Amino acid sequence: MLSRLKRLVAYALTPLLLLSFAGLSSAKEASGGSPEGWGLLNLPIGVSSLSRNSYELHMILLWVCVGIGVVVFGIMFYSMIAHRKSKGHEPATFHESAKVELLWTIIPVIILIVLAAPATTYLVERYDTDEADMDIKITGYQWKWQYEYLGEGVQFMSELTTPESAIYGDTPKSEFYLSEVSEPLVLPVGKKIRFLVTSKDVIHSWWVIDLGVKKDAIPGFVNETWVRIDEPGVYRGFCTELCGKGHAFMPVVVNAVPEDEYNSWLADKKVAVAAERELAKKVFTLDELMAQGEEAYNRSCAACHMANGEGIPGAFPALKDSSVALGSVKTHLDVVVNGVAGTGMQAFGGQLSEVDLAAIITYERNAWGNDTKDIVQPVDVLKFKQGQ
Amino acid sequence: MAHGPEKGIGRWLFSTNHKDIGTMYLWFSFAMFLLGGSFAMIIRAELFEPGMQLVKPEFFNQMTTMHGLVMVFGAIMPSFVGLANWMIPLQIGAPDMALPRMNNLSFWILPFGFALLASTLFMEGGAPAFGWTFYAPLSTTYAPSTVNFFIFGVHIIGASSIMGSINIIATVLNMRAPGMTMMKLPLFVWTWLITAFLLVAVMPVLAGTVTMMLMDINFGTSFFDAAGGGDPVLFQHVFWFFGHPEVYIIILPAFGVVSAVIPTFSRKPLFGYSSMVYATSAIAFLSFIVWAHHMFTVGMPLAGELYFMYATMLIAVPTGVKVFNWITTMFRGSLTFETPMLYAIAFIILFTIGGFTGLMMAMAPVDIQYHDTYFIVSHFHYVMVAGAVFAMTSGIYYWLPKWTGKMYNETMGKAQFWVSFIGFNIAFFPQHFLGLAGMPRRYADYALQFAEWNMVSSIGAFMYGAAQLFFLYNVIQTIVAGKPAPEEKTWEGAEGLEWTLSSPPPYHSFTTPPEVK
Ligand code: HEC
Ligand code: HEM
Ligand SMILES: [Cu+2]
Ligand SMILES: [Cu+2]
Repeated sequence: MLSRLKRLVAYALTPLLLLSFAGLSSAKEASGGSPEGWGLLNLPIGVSSLSRNSYELHMILLWVCVGIGVVVFGIMFYSMIAHRKSKGHEPATFHESAKVELLWTIIPVIILIVLAAPATTYLVERYDTDEADMDIKITGYQWKWQYEYLGEGVQFMSELTTPESAIYGDTPKSEFYLSEVSEPLVLPVGKKIRFLVTSKDVIHSWWVIDLGVKKDAIPGFVNETWVRIDEPGVYRGFCTELCGKGHAFMPVVVNAVPEDEYNSWLADKKVAVAAERELAKKVFTLDELMAQGEEAYNRSCAACHMANGEGIPGAFPALKDSSVALGSVKTHLDVVVNGVAGTGMQAFGGQLSEVDLAAIITYERNAWGNDTKDIVQPVDVLKFKQGQ
Repeated sequence: MAHGPEKGIGRWLFSTNHKDIGTMYLWFSFAMFLLGGSFAMIIRAELFEPGMQLVKPEFFNQMTTMHGLVMVFGAIMPSFVGLANWMIPLQIGAPDMALPRMNNLSFWILPFGFALLASTLFMEGGAPAFGWTFYAPLSTTYAPSTVNFFIFGVHIIGASSIMGSINIIATVLNMRAPGMTMMKLPLFVWTWLITAFLLVAVMPVLAGTVTMMLMDINFGTSFFDAAGGGDPVLFQHVFWFFGHPEVYIIILPAFGVVSAVIPTFSRKPLFGYSSMVYATSAIAFLSFIVWAHHMFTVGMPLAGELYFMYATMLIAVPTGVKVFNWITTMFRGSLTFETPMLYAIAFIILFTIGGFTGLMMAMAPVDIQYHDTYFIVSHFHYVMVAGAVFAMTSGIYYWLPKWTGKMYNETMGKAQFWVSFIGFNIAFFPQHFLGLAGMPRRYADYALQFAEWNMVSSIGAFMYGAAQLFFLYNVIQTIVAGKPAPEEKTWEGAEGLEWTLSSPPPYHSFTTPPEVK
């Protein structure tokens, strides 16, 4: 009997011990070196005042809960050991006491009021998006992010680069499996950055734990939040609102760099944008377009229409033998550039370069046995866009 | 004239007997529990290692969605309705439920509701894959057409719940034996009465929500579509106006069961009966005014966020009162640890841990980090599995001898408890770590740093799953080959009208009302 009780106590206390362990490990974390694997037990402190405040409040709450738990479970275990029938303990008969009941209503209220103070301060701070040094518009798409540097004319898509083969176990998984993207969001440290978060289809949520920022991207509405990053580094995050089958496959990567490095990156980026515009005037061969088209298709379209063009019945149409891919070029352009409102088919006109669009459309019209022999040039795309 | 049950299948199809209907609810919910559990096993098997090994991401999403829907609406809720059917008439000294024919209907539409829902698994487009919270527009504009089956299924399930609740309210208010005043009602009856009011209040809101979806999808309205002047966040407000009371609908009857089991095995009356009643009412009231604590990241105005944070914190107070009262009931009692008591004690410990994380999540500035991560998954499994399901299991071990006249095997019961308890904690405690370390929920696949704890969690989940088959075995073994239970009182310390009846009770009990002093 006694051994059973000991076991009971041991097992019941395990969670509590683990909780305190979590607390201790965070202390280790504070002294440098980021934990991984088994050591990943607690919220990271992060690199902004927002994440630090969240962390601080989290630790206060954790210890308050541990404290209450020790007292409450302590009394419970004491009585489980001392007041057993097998020990011959006779039951008492009391069953009411206004005094104690009042007491254990008032004490929690006081604890809560004390906790509400820092929570209120930190929440107010989170809402202060005024006087930002720069604005970044973040747009969620099924299943990638678009970053736009407002006022700079720079924007790009950021999508997962982990190959399918690694996901399905045919090739090894790299260090940043499912946390690597085609182009990270580059931000300067020390600046107050305002994020304007929205979505073009379903709800997503943009989260970087080390920045302490999580905001829902809601179609038709723009949410505001902000951050000031204190230390340069690469910070990885995820989409945290279920957004369909690619929900786990649209990570966030932020590359925080010193201000001068950021400025030169931005300048380079502007040059690259101009070069891309130039490229749109060039005339490509079918082979060039097919090669680039395959690559771009697999990156931007295969998630829904599948690499073999057969789609997913009931959800995403096949492009192989599709009336659009085999029909008039104009309709095909229209669908891809403007999307189909109210469906998963996004408007890719603003997401992809003219070259990519032309290559993809050419690819779709000639791959998987869709032998139209049509060639769509970047200028055709440009003309179509301007003609609207 | 007392008469026995009808012969053959008609006994079940046309039953108006609260015991038979209770039994059917319990078996149905157990079947759903195994179905939902098998979905969970698929989820945990896929998450055993990084990479997609068993299923495709779209099917994974169907599994998480169906798991949630089946467990909440098919397993937990009907199981407590079954318990109410069996126990409320016995505990208040009534001959049956107040509305026996409606009782039959409210049970028999349930299998149809779930058949509709489950049939989508075999259709083109697949089962719902938008989460059990089915946020628009993923569940409207972007959903496959099978969503219409889901909507119809929810309507049926909701109608069943509303009928069940009306029946419970009518029974408790009108059918009590002479002398059974409201403040003498066993707490299980009280918690169910309050739960029934919650259900009648919020099930229509759920019905309204899915109807708005139906309109958006099929009839061109734009309730949840910004392009037409609607608002996707409106969906979340109406959903959680139902959803938060829903979580208390799930837990309040569990409180009732624990409030019966703890005093019995402490051989001491429940401490603070009346404050328990008031605390339950307070929780029920508060549950209506805290819903947007599920929405701290949607971009509410500061004032709204502050309000929902403060209101949510308040809920911890009456919840705490309940826990303190149970522990004080045990204090200086004369304790024994039979299986129902083990489950009830585990309930108190684990539910309190879930309450702690609830309190942490109530704090908006840090919930922004917790929200939609495995930390949340851990929280609600501590309150829903270690809370509601453990209490239910406790109740079944507790009353099974009364229902069947047979005693379960105590050693097997305890063994089953320990496998469940240990499996549960191995499965769900590490999910706190995963969430805090940054793993979002509803992820079909994850980055490598989350691999270790996910594997542990999966192992625990398989163990917990196996424990449920063990439970099924124990129940069947008891029914088929259990030793006869003691004549009336199975448990030395048990109080209440149900223990004045024979075991099993006559098919029609309390045909003459008992006198309650
Ligand atoms: C998020 C999922 C998704 C992605 C990514 C996607 N599509 Fe689509 N696509 C759809 C859906 C859904 C439809 C069906 C729209 C409708 O109902 O008319 C569609 C339809 C189409 C059609 C018309 C097919 C037909 O037979 O009606 C074409 C062409 C097309 N997409 C091309 C593309 C291209 C090119 C890309 C990549 C640049 C792409 N899609 C990326 C979901 C997607
Ligand atoms: C002390 C009492 C409780 C408090 C303060 C509390 C608080 C919260 C909060 C703030 C959230 C939202 C967190 C987020 O998504 O960011 C939440 C989620 C949840 N809670 Fe609780 N909770 C409590 C008890 C319960 C109980 C008793 C149940 C059910 C039996 C429950 C079930 C749930 C569920 C299912 C969710 C997640 C819903 C979802 O997003 O799918 N909670 N809780
Ligand atoms: Cu997502
Ligand atoms: Cu809630």
